[in-house]
Order: sequence, then structure tokens, then C-alpha cells
Amino acid sequence: MTAPDHRADAGPGRAPGPATQNRSDEVPATEAEFAPRPGPAPLPRMIAAQAALETRMLLRHGEQLLLTVVIPTLLLVLFSAVDIIDTGDGGDTVAGRVAFLAPGILSLAVLSTAFTGQAISTGFERRYGVLKRLGASPLPRWALLTAKSCSVAVTLLLQLVLLCAVALALGWSPTGGAAGLCAALLLLVPATVALSALGLLMAGTLRAEATLAAANLVFVLLIFGGGVVVPLENFPDAVARGLELLPVAALSEGLREVLQQGAPLPWGTVALLVGWAVAATAAAARFFRWE
Amino acid sequence: MRSEPAVVVAGLVKRYGDTTAVDGLDLTAARGAVTAVLGPNGAGKTTTVETCEGFRTADAGEVRVLGLDPARDGAALRPRIGVMLQSGGVYPTVRAMEMLRHTARLHAHPLDPEELGERLGLHACGRTPYRRLSGGQQQRLALALAVVGRPELVFLDEPTAGLDPQARHATWELIRSLRAAGVAVVLTTHLMDEAEDLADHVAVVDGGRAIAAGSPAELCGGRDDVLRFVGEPGLDLASLNAALPAGAAAEESPAGHYRVTGAGGPALLAAVTAWCAAHDVLADRITTRRHSLEDIFLDLTGRELRP
Repeated sequence: MTAPDHRADAGPGRAPGPATQNRSDEVPATEAEFAPRPGPAPLPRMIAAQAALETRMLLRHGEQLLLTVVIPTLLLVLFSAVDIIDTGDGGDTVAGRVAFLAPGILSLAVLSTAFTGQAISTGFERRYGVLKRLGASPLPRWALLTAKSCSVAVTLLLQLVLLCAVALALGWSPTGGAAGLCAALLLLVPATVALSALGLLMAGTLRAEATLAAANLVFVLLIFGGGVVVPLENFPDAVARGLELLPVAALSEGLREVLQQGAPLPWGTVALLVGWAVAATAAAARFFRWE
Repeated sequence: MRSEPAVVVAGLVKRYGDTTAVDGLDLTAARGAVTAVLGPNGAGKTTTVETCEGFRTADAGEVRVLGLDPARDGAALRPRIGVMLQSGGVYPTVRAMEMLRHTARLHAHPLDPEELGERLGLHACGRTPYRRLSGGQQQRLALALAVVGRPELVFLDEPTAGLDPQARHATWELIRSLRAAGVAVVLTTHLMDEAEDLADHVAVVDGGRAIAAGSPAELCGGRDDVLRFVGEPGLDLASLNAALPAGAAAEESPAGHYRVTGAGGPALLAAVTAWCAAHDVLADRITTRRHSLEDIFLDLTGRELRP
């Protein structure tokens, strides 16, 4: 600590030992304590505190956990163990079904946390005036969004670790090795940014109840239409061509190419996801309403 | 810079569609003082305060807060002010003390959240999620969040609305401590006694304008006191009037009900009771009333100030 800082610290509200000091001056402790000494905390500390708070609340929230943990895990276990739907080649063994399902379920995890969960929680934060109140705090808005992204990233990481562990336990053996892992990350990152921005866009423009309904509906529809548990080629050609442009379907199919078929990184899919990320972020920045 | 008032609002106008919420309002709040913005619901109090906080932009007029323009210099201003919204503003699932500790972490030199929570009685409900707190607990948490960062200026929007008397007292004590420590406080209220007991300066607001401003004593001063009593009908008013201090006058209306108006306070009461003793009159139900802000508001607007 530098000398001028130290002098500034010797104000009336100096934290160490104000009680004794005040008692001798016969000033009530509280009055010296309230003496103005405003200032924002350092940015990294603010962002870390905000991200930690949001992550704690997210992990504590029952409905969110249903969405982010229970449903993806159940789908993975159920559809792997039982031959319910046509998962294409190799669909007659558990290992073959897991090889198809695991990439789709990882994609669903991104959808659940980055899009649905974030849209719903942010929508209600907006409705309850939390975003407004934070707008009057020292935390800048961009720092709030950074903290939210960190919170999504941490939650998603925990989710991916859990789902991969379950998949591996079911006999999943992803192809591609280390290169496959890197390729998967290159697909996951832009998809997460895109879905996160789409979630914020929805939360920042619709009423909270509408966001709740719409975000859940999108989630359910994309379980089946997003290449998660049903191969896109099972749909009529025209429909499949449309669906595969959606970020969730693009991510499912991209992960499948890398982790199931051992193909090199599909650059076209990466470009599509980056395009979604840029467009959705721009739209969210343009249309998001804080109140 | 330091001598400049904490808040200066001049000719503020704010419209929502066809409704004019604030219509040329002026307001000055000194540093280190409590300023009450007093008025009925819908008078424009919240809109005015939220413009000062930077939540709304003025359609016309000028707003300076700590020498800054809240609409333009928000980033510089926000760390220096504390804000208590009228309701909400807290995550429904966050625990009371968790939110207070978190808000403390956003500031460079915060108050000790544990001590502040203790002082405002938040420890008992410290682990309760916000949505399960009582209205009074939510109010006290909102107040704690506004002051934990040790601001120079706090805006409190209806800080005691819905509080029980004990919690209201704790809130008033805290506001007095803030003032003693040199913090400027701007609060909105529709409670007369709150403005009268707490504020150094009161701005009476109605219909989007400040219709009077001054210290409670200035606002109430220069008006006659009123003394009433009940006695047997037909007392000798001429004799009573002769015994009263200069400028005071007695009248009987209806029969047996006497009303004495005039400046003088205790002297007026003494004169009346001395006259009663001298004339063997048993005055019943003597009441005296000084003018309160409530009377001032009635005089200014012709309406009662009741929400």
C-alpha cells in the first residue's frame, strides 16, 4: 500500500479499532462508522462476487436443477438403456445408442443452462426490479453480463462433467482423442455464446411469464427437433434442412461428427455457430430492456 | 464543490405518454441534512427521486446530484450514492444476509454487514429467502443495502411504508445517525410526522410541483394556534377577549363550544384558564393545537394529505 492511500485510510471511519477510538472521543460508534467513504470495489472482485452469487442461487434453485441436471441425465440413461427411438447405425446396442445420444445430450445441456435457465432467471430478475436495482450499484452493466456469463460457464462445466461421467459409465467411447476434444470445445464455445445471447434477448424483451413459457417450450421442442435424441435424417428432407440451421441442432450434429464419427472439425458448422453468436449478441445488445 | 448542495433540481419535467408526472419541480437538498419530499401518492415524488438516481431521463429542466448529471455521469455517480427503491430490487431466492454481504462486496470500504444486519434486526431472518421475508423485513433489508456502501448521499423512497412502530423507530434512528455522520439523506414520504420529526428541510409536492419548501418550523411558523374548550353556553365573550393577549380572539360556535385563535402558545392557554378561574367557569375538554404540516398541506391544496 502506498503512502497517500495510507493517509486516506486514516479517515474517521477507519475500519480497525473505530470503537475504541470513538469511545475516547465520545462519538457514538455508529456515527463515525456511517461517515461517507464511497467507492466501487475493484472490478475483478465485483465480477467474482456477482458470478459466485448467481451460481450459488442457480445451483440452489430446484426447477433449474430439474432442467439442467435431471432431464438431460434421464434422457441419456433412458434412451441409452432402452431401444425406444431409431438412432441410426449401431442403434441396436447400448454402446451404439450412447455414441449417438451423448453428443446430443451435451448439446441439450448447453441449451438448458445458457438459454432456458438464463432466460427464465434473467426474465424474473428484470420483473422483480433486480436488474434495475443493480443498475444503481457500482457494478457496471457490462460487468453484470460478464458475471452472468461466468456463472453460466461454471454451471455448464459442472453439467458437462456430470453428463460425460454418466455417458462413460454407460460405455461411451468418444472418437477423435485429444483433437476431438479440442474440436468439441470449438463447437461448444460459440454455441454457448449464441444460446446465452438468445436467452438474454428473450428475457430482455418479453414479459417474465412469457419468457418462462416460451423458454420451456423451446427446450421441449428442441429435445426432439434439435437433433438431441432424434436424428435429423428421420425428418422430411425440407424440415431437416431448416432444423440443422438452428444452433442446438448444429451443435448436436457437429459434436456427433467429431465424437461419434471421428471426422475432423466441421468448419462450416463452426462458422454457422459463430454467425449465430455474433447476430444474437448484437440483437441482445440492441433490444435488451433493463426495466 | 464541497459547498454545493447534494441535490439541485430545477424545473424538472417528466411525461409518460399524455400524463405529466412531474411538471416544473424544484428541489434542493443540502449535504449532511435530511430532506423530505412530502406529498400524496401520485404527486411525482418517486419519478423525481428516480430521475436523480439516473433511472429516468428528464424531459426538461436540470438535475445535478453531487455536482454531476445523473443521466450522463451515471458511472461516476453510482458508487457515491445509496438507493432504496420503493419495492423489490432483490433476487426472490437470495437469503437476506447473503444479499447484504454481497452488496457490501461491491463497495471499496463498506460497513460491516454483520453489525448493520444486527442493528436493523436482520440477523434473525438472515437465512430466509427474500420472497419469504415479511414486508417490514424486506424494507429493512432494502435500507441496509442502500447504506452499506457508505455513500455520501442516500435516496430512500418511502422508507417506513408498512413498518410497525418499532421498526419505524429503528429506521428513524438510523437516518439520524446517517445525518450525524455527514450523509445527505433524501427521503420521500406521505407521513406528516415523519417529515416533521426527521427532516431538516421539507419540500411539499403536489401535482408534480413543489408547492412549498422550508424547514418544518418555517413551514408551520407564522400561523395562529387554536385553543378550544367546552363550557356553559353564553359566556361573556367581550370579557374573555379583553383578557386575551393582543391579536387573539374568542368565538362561540356552536353554543357552548368555544374557539380561541391567536399567536402566543402557552400565554394564550394561561390567559384563558386564568379568565375561567376568575369567572368561576369550569372549562371542559381544553385542547390546544399547533399548526402541523398537515394543516399547511390542507391550506395549500384544499385537500387532506391521506394516501
